[in-house]
Amino acid sequence: MKKVLMIALIIAIVAMPIFSAGQAEKVSAQKTVTVFGAFVDEEAHRFEEAIRPFEEKTGIKVIYEGSKDFETLISVRVEGGNAPDIAGLPQPGLMLNFAEKGKLVPIWSSLGALIDKNYAPVWRDLGSYKGTTYGVFHRVNAKSFVWYPKKAWAKAGYTVPKTWDELNRLMDRMVANGHTPWAVGIESGGATGWVGTDWIEDIMLRTAGPEKYDRWVSGELGFNSPEVKAAFEVLGKIWLDPRYVYGGKNYILTTSFGDAQEPLFTNPPKAWMHRQGNFITGFFPEEVQESLEDEVGVFALPAIDVQFGIPVLGGGDQFVVFNDRPEVRQFMEFLATWESGKLWAQAGGALFPYLDQDLRAYPNAIERSLAEALVNAKVFRFDASDLMPAQVGAGTFWSGIVDWVGGKSLDAVLSDIQRSWPK
Amino acid sequence: MAEEATSKNRALAHGGLATLGRLAVSIFVPLVTFVVLWGGFIFLKESKAPPALIAIIAIVWGVGGVALLFWVADWTVNRFPPAIAKRLQPFVFVGPALIILAWYLFLPTLRSLYLSFFDAQSRNFVGLANFVYAFTDPKMLESFVNNLLWIILGTGGSVGMGLLIALLADRSRAEKAFKSIIFTPMAISFVGAGVIWRFVYAYKPVGESQIGLLNALLTLFGAEPQAWITLRPWNNIFLIAILVWLQTGYAMVIISAALKGVPSSIIEAGRIDGAGELRVIGSIIIPYIFTTLVTVSTTIIIISLKIFDIVYTMTGGQYGTEVIASMQYKQMFNYYDFGKGSAIAIVLVLAVTPVMWYNLRQFSKQEGF
Amino acid sequence: MSIKTEQRWLRLVNASLIVLVLLWAIPIIGLFISSLRAKSDVLNSGWWTILYTKSRLTFANYKQVLGGSKYTFVDSAGRTVRASGDNLSRAFINSLTVTIPSVIIPLLIASAAAFGFAWLIFPGRKAFFTAVVAMLVVPLQIALIPILRDYQKIGLTGSYLGIWLAHTGFGLPLGIYLLYNYVSTIPRDIFESAFLDGAKPLVVFARLVLPLSVPAIASLAIFQFLWVWNDLLVALVFLGGTSDVAVLTQRLATMVGSRGQDWHLLTAGAFIVMVIPLIVFFALQRYFVQGLMAGSVKG
Repeated sequence: MKKVLMIALIIAIVAMPIFSAGQAEKVSAQKTVTVFGAFVDEEAHRFEEAIRPFEEKTGIKVIYEGSKDFETLISVRVEGGNAPDIAGLPQPGLMLNFAEKGKLVPIWSSLGALIDKNYAPVWRDLGSYKGTTYGVFHRVNAKSFVWYPKKAWAKAGYTVPKTWDELNRLMDRMVANGHTPWAVGIESGGATGWVGTDWIEDIMLRTAGPEKYDRWVSGELGFNSPEVKAAFEVLGKIWLDPRYVYGGKNYILTTSFGDAQEPLFTNPPKAWMHRQGNFITGFFPEEVQESLEDEVGVFALPAIDVQFGIPVLGGGDQFVVFNDRPEVRQFMEFLATWESGKLWAQAGGALFPYLDQDLRAYPNAIERSLAEALVNAKVFRFDASDLMPAQVGAGTFWSGIVDWVGGKSLDAVLSDIQRSWPK
Repeated sequence: MAEEATSKNRALAHGGLATLGRLAVSIFVPLVTFVVLWGGFIFLKESKAPPALIAIIAIVWGVGGVALLFWVADWTVNRFPPAIAKRLQPFVFVGPALIILAWYLFLPTLRSLYLSFFDAQSRNFVGLANFVYAFTDPKMLESFVNNLLWIILGTGGSVGMGLLIALLADRSRAEKAFKSIIFTPMAISFVGAGVIWRFVYAYKPVGESQIGLLNALLTLFGAEPQAWITLRPWNNIFLIAILVWLQTGYAMVIISAALKGVPSSIIEAGRIDGAGELRVIGSIIIPYIFTTLVTVSTTIIIISLKIFDIVYTMTGGQYGTEVIASMQYKQMFNYYDFGKGSAIAIVLVLAVTPVMWYNLRQFSKQEGF
Repeated sequence: MSIKTEQRWLRLVNASLIVLVLLWAIPIIGLFISSLRAKSDVLNSGWWTILYTKSRLTFANYKQVLGGSKYTFVDSAGRTVRASGDNLSRAFINSLTVTIPSVIIPLLIASAAAFGFAWLIFPGRKAFFTAVVAMLVVPLQIALIPILRDYQKIGLTGSYLGIWLAHTGFGLPLGIYLLYNYVSTIPRDIFESAFLDGAKPLVVFARLVLPLSVPAIASLAIFQFLWVWNDLLVALVFLGGTSDVAVLTQRLATMVGSRGQDWHLLTAGAFIVMVIPLIVFFALQRYFVQGLMAGSVKG
């Protein structure tokens, strides 16, 4: 027994330095800020490069972690008490949820002043919950654009439609020529359907106008209202007509949103138009991406009711603070400036909302024009499905689109969505 | 008399002291062990050594540590008087498992039960509202029906195919090769399986070159290509086929091992009695491996009940393929409704009670209980 | 049975086996061929077309997955740079470090518990066992948040110990259930003679139960290995996703690209991830093909 005791004591003594060694290393740590976001792979690299000037200037180390399962993980980590210093939230709904639970640090006055100076007011509103601002927007996207194969269009003599009527006439002309106007695909794994909600939102903005759009987002205007029904009907005239959409409803339902642009770039094109956000360029075939300006044309989805003009629908990532430290504040203030986006803009594939941005930074005419459209838009609205309660915006609205395309009656679909709206 | 009493007292006192000493030691030694192990843990966590070295040290430390804990626990228990030691002994074996399970699964389940009576933010008590939702919402009802389909077809398919292949392979000379191929899908991650089955179910419009195997076969015979995963209600069966493809290997491995244990003497005896091969299988082999079949079926029923990955990656629960676990995941992580999410989890736990009850009855029939 | 009918039987057995095995193998063959094709080929023609048309096979997907994908970005001096991401070797080491103890620790604990439940008498045995088995069906998603909270308090987040214990906790119910089924069928007389000889339970466990249970432990080991190796969620929650701790599945998940545009890489990735589990399977196969000895003695 004594032997055992002795051994135990010896082990304990040996263990002590291990303990102290462990403690000693913690002290000399560099100031760090942890950032958790949804950019992965190439985008993560571009983000890391874009913030390098900050690290060089301040000596603060920014540790970025990106995940494809961001939305699940952030809620687990925040609830589990393991929140990062800063998170880049792709959906405002997440911000509202965390703000309501009191998990976020509100922005401070110097950051508020920067936001007022560098952004259009809409971005501050989108980053606020009950009058308090929490989020700073960084990379954003614009979705109301129609892409087409430029060379094939020139050969066929098609021109960019300026109004909805012109668009309709163009579609009929294409059909008469034996062409299929649209390529649409809404498959996106667990998020299948969002492409459809984007279309509906764009049409709502053009038929009902931004004010009704806002009331629709807040739940005052129900899904069973005539306005929403009208928007679905406008979309139905295109989507549910097999002459207008390549492959008909089966193709719409089963094609991944990223692959859906493929028919545009076959020779001859199997489809002639594709409506999607600016990020779709990253999915184009490599040959097309290499000479984007020559191969691809783009126009804004035309106005339907002229009084509402051509609004821009978009989305974006906002950064929020969970842990308040001086270095965290410094980094947030950096994110509110064009400097934090410049290098990424140069690399391509991202748009930024900063008012003072230098449009020349964008690598090609297409992105430059999109960025310009975004900054100068008279009416900009955020993706409605991202703003609605998640049960609807990431649930029944998506599945409603799928059911409707699958053949369920419009009235049943709309009343299902309305019923799921949380009281 | 007096002397006797004092010596008795002394003996008692001595015994008491000894017990106290033993107690002290039996607290001290595990404590030291624990401290040492924890120190090692801190060391590993902070160390800047090359990753491969850390990995090796960590593995030795982790596995060795658990073995050491078992040994120390047993040693400690044996310091006690035999009567107490004998009572404590079983807990050396089941204790660690019970503690870990209580921490990792049982307490979280209780917490979910508690949360299931509260609203989305876990603030206000809502009574049974979340359970009313779980049993009345159309999507939930759809999931119940689908899950039932998964349990019946998924389990039936996997166990049936596993049994068939195990029986056939047992009679073939190339047993190992055949079994290895059937097993391979088990090694594929769900992401990989999703990609594989895309190449089976993929849809391209008429006139296109089909990249999905099923549609290629259809068009070869002049039929129209189908969008398989959107075809209600058959799409559920197409998804279940993936589970059967993945899990048959598991069923086969376990059943095949049990088959090897059937004594050849009783099979021979059956054959000598003139029983055909099917008779031998049906009335000798199957009853012999029945417990194994129950075990395999139970695990696959539970897998089917918890099925999530296949549905989530293939359809996201759309086109009428929602299942209970995908609803639970959505409520919890997409809709941030901890009340409903927890209630569905509890329903899931309750749903398995009949299976467990049957299992326990089986155990009681055996010697065990 | 005459030799002729027996031969006919054998032929029938082999024929039906070949059909079944083909059915099982075709999807895997499809994946393998696809992993050797260029992105545009994969999207535009079926993999079986290589059987009758000339089309090029390439290792490009594998090269890209193993060597890290190529990025273009603009560095702080304003130059456009094209660089490779990290290769997979670090992720391999991380995966092994996570997986090996996450298999052995629960096996040790589960076999001890199975022995305790099957052969030692103590109060509450049946109740405890029922509770253990009921834990089989608990979805691990509900455990993530409370466990993470506890980990934060005691500093286990981001450590290997934390993830080993988590995998142990989530793997134990199945382990105990399967091993109990096996251990309880070991004939009673083996134990009785050992106990009569005065052997302590720990000795009986280490010298008798563990060696006798090798087939069951081996098959359980492969399942636990597969589960841990292919796990993504538990690792992301308890270990995190920064590049120094990221496991193989995490690296592959991000490799598909931010919006899933590079899913042709998944075909190659799926095969690379499969290699280690298959090696483990073949290494352990001879143990569990031996057959469960219990039955043969009992009969």
